[in-house]
Amino acid sequence: MGAAEAAGSALLTGVAGWLFVGFALLILGTAIAVVWSKNPVHSALFLLASFLLVACVFILEEAEFVGAVQILVYAGGIMVLFLFVIMLVHQRTAAGTPAFQHQWDIALLLLPVFLIPFLYILGTEKFTDIARNPDAFRAVAGRVIGNTEAVSWLMFRDYLLPFEVASVFLLVAMIGAVVLGKRSFEKVD
Amino acid sequence: MANYFPILILGLLAAALPLATIFLARAIQTRRPNPAKLEPYESGIAATTFAFDTRFSVRYFLIAVLFVVFDVETIFLFPWAVLFHRLGLFGLIEMVIFLVILVVGYFYVWKRQALDWA
Repeated sequence: MGAAEAAGSALLTGVAGWLFVGFALLILGTAIAVVWSKNPVHSALFLLASFLLVACVFILEEAEFVGAVQILVYAGGIMVLFLFVIMLVHQRTAAGTPAFQHQWDIALLLLPVFLIPFLYILGTEKFTDIARNPDAFRAVAGRVIGNTEAVSWLMFRDYLLPFEVASVFLLVAMIGAVVLGKRSFEKVD
Repeated sequence: MANYFPILILGLLAAALPLATIFLARAIQTRRPNPAKLEPYESGIAATTFAFDTRFSVRYFLIAVLFVVFDVETIFLFPWAVLFHRLGLFGLIEMVIFLVILVVGYFYVWKRQALDWA
């Protein structure tokens, strides 16, 4: 935690700091509203608000590319998926089922499984010190160009294999969607 | 950060316009509630089913999932495009490998007739 706080301190002071606190509280509020709303359309709208607010935080932290991706993929693509789910779910049947499932025991078991690696990475990772190196997120080979270019330089040079693996993940998603989707509508037709 | 100030103003204006219209309409409208006004409009004929009872084919969802997959694929093209000249032939080969793997998936989707609507 200490490293993360030290790295973020330059960005989290003054106006930017208060903006971050504001955005963070709004993200938490909208995320809770997603689970709390009885109407699935209201949940979807709160989810959209939460996605856009996360994009605001990315832009605030000078990660403009990730911010744009957050809007294009999450607010654009993933929201479409949720809208289709709302359309496909039989609303009147779903209205009778309880909104909260009682699975606290499983949730409690899974919590440390995700939380411990997360805290470990947060505690050990050497984050870039923005206070000392303000152009770290926009420099390509020593020259300051822009954030998208910096991401590109890292992705296509240092992280070549993960980038190619990403295409295999997308392939798996495509095949999985067809296998599940085709089977279910062949049965119906 | 100051670069985003015009976007903030744009966002505020974009939010203000519909809100102003809604509140203006609220302020000047006459209200005569009537149960018929709350029913779904079906060309003047009384609706035979409740709006949510209509069943949709799962095909719609399949198309949506495929859209998201190709949406994510397109995202990877942006960073490559902005640094195209610096990445050169090496970057081009990387991108071709990336796209070939996805074209395999595209042909699979096509051959399984997941894009057909018959």
